[in-house]
Amino acid sequence: MGTRDCQHICDESSPAVGEAGKTGEWRDSFPVIDQEKCLPARQNKPSCFLCWLYCPDAVVSRTIPIRIDMEYCKGCGICAQICPVHAISMANEAGFCRDKTD
Amino acid sequence: MPNGYVLFEGDYAMKTTAVNITEKEYLLPGNRTCPGCALSLAYRYILKALEGQVIVTVPASCLTVLHGMYPVTSVTVPCVNTPFATTAASATGLVAGLKALGKEGLTVLAVAGDGGTHDIGIQALSAAAERQTDFLYICYDNEGYMNTGNQRSGSTPLGAISGTTPIVGKQQNQKDIAAIMEAHGIPYVATANASYPLDLYEKVRKAKMIRGTRFIHVFVPCSPGWGFPFSETIKIGRLAVETGWVILYEVEDGVFRLTSASESIAEKSNLKPLREYLVEQGRFKNITEEQIGILQRWVNARWKRCLDRAGDSQS
Amino acid sequence: MNKKIARKADTWILDGNRAAAQGAKLSRVQVIAAYPITPQSPVTERLSEFVEKRELDAQYIAVESEHSALAVCTSASMVGARTFTATSSHGLAYMHEMLHWAAGARLPVVLACVNRAIGAPWNVLNDQQDSVSQRDTGWIQVYARNNQEILDSIIQAYRIAESIYVPVMVCYDGYVLSHTEMPVDVPSQEAVDRFLPRYKPHTILDPANPKNYNLVTLANPRINAEGVLCHGYMELRYLLQEALQNSRETIVKVGQEFGELFGRSYASMFWEDRLDDADVVIVAMGSLAMEAIVAADMLREGGHKVGVLGLRVFRPFPKAELARALEKSRLVVIFDKNISYGLEGATCSEIKSALYGSPARAVIRDFIVGLGGRDVKAREMADAVKRSLLSVNEGDLNREYAEWICAI
Ligand SMILES: Cc1ncc(C[n+]2csc(CCOP(=O)(O)OP(=O)(O)O)c2C)c(N)n1
Ligand code: SF4
Ligand code: SF4
Ligand code: SF4
Ligand SMILES: [Mg+2]
Repeated sequence: MGTRDCQHICDESSPAVGEAGKTGEWRDSFPVIDQEKCLPARQNKPSCFLCWLYCPDAVVSRTIPIRIDMEYCKGCGICAQICPVHAISMANEAGFCRDKTD
Repeated sequence: MPNGYVLFEGDYAMKTTAVNITEKEYLLPGNRTCPGCALSLAYRYILKALEGQVIVTVPASCLTVLHGMYPVTSVTVPCVNTPFATTAASATGLVAGLKALGKEGLTVLAVAGDGGTHDIGIQALSAAAERQTDFLYICYDNEGYMNTGNQRSGSTPLGAISGTTPIVGKQQNQKDIAAIMEAHGIPYVATANASYPLDLYEKVRKAKMIRGTRFIHVFVPCSPGWGFPFSETIKIGRLAVETGWVILYEVEDGVFRLTSASESIAEKSNLKPLREYLVEQGRFKNITEEQIGILQRWVNARWKRCLDRAGDSQS
Repeated sequence: MNKKIARKADTWILDGNRAAAQGAKLSRVQVIAAYPITPQSPVTERLSEFVEKRELDAQYIAVESEHSALAVCTSASMVGARTFTATSSHGLAYMHEMLHWAAGARLPVVLACVNRAIGAPWNVLNDQQDSVSQRDTGWIQVYARNNQEILDSIIQAYRIAESIYVPVMVCYDGYVLSHTEMPVDVPSQEAVDRFLPRYKPHTILDPANPKNYNLVTLANPRINAEGVLCHGYMELRYLLQEALQNSRETIVKVGQEFGELFGRSYASMFWEDRLDDADVVIVAMGSLAMEAIVAADMLREGGHKVGVLGLRVFRPFPKAELARALEKSRLVVIFDKNISYGLEGATCSEIKSALYGSPARAVIRDFIVGLGGRDVKAREMADAVKRSLLSVNEGDLNREYAEWICAI
């Protein structure tokens, strides 16, 4: 079980999702989207997408409705903070809703 | 294509928004940065603006961590990691190598932290700028050596607690790296802030089209280093601009212009007191009233200088 | 043309620095980054001149430090350019971090080191402390005895470096060679082109196939996205060591081919002079090996069977060949222009370790000479050998430390 099959003579790395593993496991709370409130879903046309814009980890999709890749969402809560209509709230991993902060 | 949905086509007349900005990502999910990392956010837009047509060089820093660990990287652009002091020299080598081989059309992008820029890398950076090296240098500033666990840097503010200013806080204020770089007479200098990703994006787009040394300073709040909850990253970055701690501007061929939020704050003359920004952060918990006064005067003086310059370039 | 370069057929009169610059030019280097330091400065000036006169199609980067010089070279090399730098003494010390980096990233940079003493105190004259102190950075180190060897070694250095992806340092003595004119055969560009193919990098810097280099590497092997088990840090270090271990084959082969094309063979790791019947062997590295031949002549006149072994390649260190070459000698007298403080000269330590476990049973004497430009005369070397012989005959076999030839 050596590394001779690896042809690298120096460290050459290739891109892949999840380099640090399933970063969703780091979360202590997770974003919950209320599609009733979310602007693109409500208007059924591309608009707002601020949560997509501000997510540091690029795990929000710019789609209608928006989706969050929970495998990698680190639960930072920026999307909930940034949403102009409070359509995202953070729930802790035990399932309780945390108070939203503005 | 749904109504009102316009793709960005490099048309500056059209305002870039969250709806029309390029969707393509060059930073992959599952990277190693902390939750709510403003560097990660800023880097997303830097790479978007360059449309992946880059070779990046990165020194030891949180960005090294973001780029990943062999044999996997979280970034879909080519990158050369380089020793801490050598970012701008490494970029010079990339530029020279591409030129020697007759390869055109790629931006050489150097991205380093404040430690790698204000401190250990300033010699190489200054020299590369003086040689008019054709590259874009972006300093992301989290005001400390975060990769090594948050020690003071030349960019740590007066009064801030860090690993090497642990009890009384730092006794000196930060240096103005954008002003230092402007003094090199380079064609483009700008400041930006991760909390204003579209402004950052526009500046990188503009810098991309300019030849010669281009420098952008990007302010990136750092939750573990500064002591605020990571959900507040955007808020802290905005407060920095709203209080004048960070001023968003660009200097193109010597012409100064306020941009984005700083421009509208100037119009409305509604700068907030710096205290509002400081009290949100654990690192300033031991700051004295006297130090707050010194910082406020520093901010006021710089703000006035910027207003004067903005007025000068308009008249 | 510069008056100092008088041209007779293909033989030019060149000092060592000009020979080095010519070697780089003939190798068609594409990116040069260097910072002036005595006695290397003329190399930077000559190369700038070649580039400005468009005699050489290269990017000359006038960097602000040696650290940056090598950083420019490593990154340019990653893009796929052939790179060259030159330095001395404090400049080489200043490069230390980048020396490790270039070798660690397996970049075939070629560096000319004009050997000079290191401060404090300031001294611009010759010894070999600078490059010997860098022996553990993963670079191949070649030492030239004269200006012809400087030029030839630089051309060969690219062949070697680019075929095994290990950087090469070509070292030559400051002033003794750098500023001393000698006749040098300058090969034609066509001949060098035939000898030296284009550089093919092992690195890929292409947005269409984005690779990252020199990322943080873990202690243990790690699986990539395709499921291949990739190296850990230690495996990468092993590969560098393996490359250096195996490089002697490449070095000798390249040296032999060079000989076939240019009539000067370098098909050995060290130079031998009258070793066949010698029971006393003088060992020296660089230009000192030439002085040693004069000393051997003197000793032979006095009836001593003395030979000379001139170390050419210091890294990789030719252990096995050396042990074989010194097998029959009774006494080996080493002259070191460097000192590993607290022990002895570096070449002495290396030779002792080469002989350990071999059939060679020679007594070893080490003399520290020529530090900071102190003149080393053949007469002094001959006397040192005679003194050594005398003491050995009196049964004084082992010395704890080296002897210094100085006025203390
Ligand atoms: C020559 C050298 N000295 C020290 C270090 C250790 N080191 C690595 S990253 C770092 C701090 C980086 O700070 P900065 O550039 O601000 O980036 P950040 O980690 O804050 O993102 C230090 C001191 C090093 N890698 N190399
Ligand atoms: S920020 Fe809020 S309203 Fe806007 S798209 Fe996201 S969830 Fe919907
Ligand atoms: S919680 Fe953070 S990581 Fe998760 S989707 Fe929201 S902004 Fe992105
Ligand atoms: S320490 Fe700060 S800058 Fe570094 S990864 Fe964490 S949040 Fe980002
Ligand atoms: Mg920092």
